[in-house]
Amino acid sequence: MTNLHAVDWLIMVLYFVFVLGIGFALKRYMKTSKDFFQAGRALPAWICGLAFISANLGAQEVIGMGASGAKYGLETAQFYGIGAIPAMIFVGIFMMPFYYGSKARSVPEFLRMRFDEKTRALNACSFAVMTVFSSGISMYAMARLIQALHVFDGLFYTMGWPQNDIFTFSIVLSAVIVLAYIFLGGLTSAIYNEVLQFFLIIAGFLPLVLLGLRNIGGWSGLKASVPLQYMHEWKGVAHASTNPMGIEIIGIGMGLGFVLGSGYWCTDFLVIQTAMASKNMASARKVPLIAAVPKIFFPFLVILPGLLAIGLATPHTHTVVHNVNGMIVRDTTVVPQNVEEGRGLVPAKMNPVTGKPMYMANGEPLLDYDMATPNMLLHFFPTGILGLGLTALLASFMSGMAGNVTAFNTVFTYDLYQSYIHKGGSDRHYMAVGRWATVGGILLSIATAYAAINFNNIMDTLQLVFSFVNAPLFATFLLGMFWKRATGHGAFAGLIAGTGTAILHHGLTLPIEAHPGIHGGWITVLHNYPSDMAQNFWTAIFAFSANLLVTVVVSLMTKAKPESELVGLVHSLTPKPPKAHDVWWKSPEALAIAVLVMAVALNIFFY
Amino acid sequence: MNLDLRIPMGMMFTLVGAILVAFGIATRGSAIYDASLGINANFWWGLVLLAFGLTMLLLGRRSQARLAKLPPEPVDETRSRLGH
Repeated sequence: MTNLHAVDWLIMVLYFVFVLGIGFALKRYMKTSKDFFQAGRALPAWICGLAFISANLGAQEVIGMGASGAKYGLETAQFYGIGAIPAMIFVGIFMMPFYYGSKARSVPEFLRMRFDEKTRALNACSFAVMTVFSSGISMYAMARLIQALHVFDGLFYTMGWPQNDIFTFSIVLSAVIVLAYIFLGGLTSAIYNEVLQFFLIIAGFLPLVLLGLRNIGGWSGLKASVPLQYMHEWKGVAHASTNPMGIEIIGIGMGLGFVLGSGYWCTDFLVIQTAMASKNMASARKVPLIAAVPKIFFPFLVILPGLLAIGLATPHTHTVVHNVNGMIVRDTTVVPQNVEEGRGLVPAKMNPVTGKPMYMANGEPLLDYDMATPNMLLHFFPTGILGLGLTALLASFMSGMAGNVTAFNTVFTYDLYQSYIHKGGSDRHYMAVGRWATVGGILLSIATAYAAINFNNIMDTLQLVFSFVNAPLFATFLLGMFWKRATGHGAFAGLIAGTGTAILHHGLTLPIEAHPGIHGGWITVLHNYPSDMAQNFWTAIFAFSANLLVTVVVSLMTKAKPESELVGLVHSLTPKPPKAHDVWWKSPEALAIAVLVMAVALNIFFY
Repeated sequence: MNLDLRIPMGMMFTLVGAILVAFGIATRGSAIYDASLGINANFWWGLVLLAFGLTMLLLGRRSQARLAKLPPEPVDETRSRLGH
């Protein structure tokens, strides 16, 4: 069990003090709505760049990538190698000139400028709903993890508070902290804290990887302890049957590289908002590229702990007999059944009703992969640095939440409130609305977190719905920015068609070994995929293609906007950005090439 | 208006580093380090964080001193700048 001491608490409290302190320090700079929602568009590129990846470094990333590392091995690194890095380079070099140059204040606002009001309304509404739910899910996951790790058990015991309230306490604590620093300092505060969280996460996870690698005998020791295919990112991807995820190269390349990765990194206002907050065009373009540099090395930080957890020896109940001054002493270390049945440090999933480990159809225990990274923390960290590790984990949850909340308050205020509810108010009025939208957004997130307790499937369902909405988005932006003929009617019809196709595809296919229902096949099963990951990728590919096709066809049948209105929004009609005064190696293009070379080198290393 | 993030960040890591180093020295040779393979993880990692924190503080201070001397640099739009 986690046994936290004063020094652990001290580190945790210190972090919270600094987080809130930054909010208070920034409060006096929040004079206009632009300061609050867009950080005054005055931040340096390195800060925005680190915030750009930190906004995504939420629970899903830290816990989820560790879990995937344990489940699929280094193939998980493809989320970085072809999922994130090329998309980040693309958005920096090709798309940022339009986002930043258009002076749009949000991604939905860009859609209004490029297409029309209805496309923007559709995107703003679905985005606002998704951000609130995502931050609720993040909160729920955090509270669950705090319960599972027994972080606050000791505190509650000492204080004499009922243990049942730990869930509520965790949620309220994180909500209050995130609310306070965003309410005070707006996007600047969120970005500053995301950077702080970024360094904290490295400070908490790097020693974990180092200790884990040392324990297992270095890289060669790790290779010897896990199945061969776990150590390769690329080997075996030519066929679905020869790699752990069960996806073949086309599915991965198209699905992850072209659709899912780009869809997220190039269109999600959650990350784009940090780039749009930087001080000038050259900085804005560099933001995703600066973010890509640490991103390349993140597989070491977030995927390796999971892989190490699988590779380490599984603890078993054992008795050590000592002879102390002629007296025989038996020291028995009792290991809970779920740990003994697990693999390495990854415990088996327990059936909450019977209290017995759960097994898959082939007799293997069902593993609780989400515990891979947290268990590594508990296993290797002595008190002191354990406080740091747990603080890093909490920081990752809060940074994911904060990004969602600032994206929500901006989209709500500019794209919904100012556009449809109350036009022409004073700047001060909109800033107040933004602050209260923050409060409202967080309250809705809390409601989502509680709904997740009562409805088992709500998290899976929500994530499914998000994927339906997000999958086709990238096609709309791609056509919008690079084809001047694309029209508002086309974009709107394309988005609807893309989401519709995603739903239909999900209803008609099913991963092997899943029952029809939430996992798919609820219309009828026409095709079986080897894994749910494969199904996700193909859903995205179909949605993207349908959107592309329908947008093109409808655009050709409808009247395009006059070219004069599209200057600064479409590639062919926008004058090249003036060359910065910087020397050539400081230009975004040079940075992009350096990042690309590093990414390729890493992919070869992991081959 | 000027809040260089490196200053609060440097302060935080300096403090966390100092706490870990002090705690590491106080618990030298303790059984708690069985978990971390006999390495005094608090002391050594504290030292790393301390160095990182002090570097950040130094950089932040230096750029602030430099900015105070220079006239404010014009940015893309008319806003005065935060950070750096």
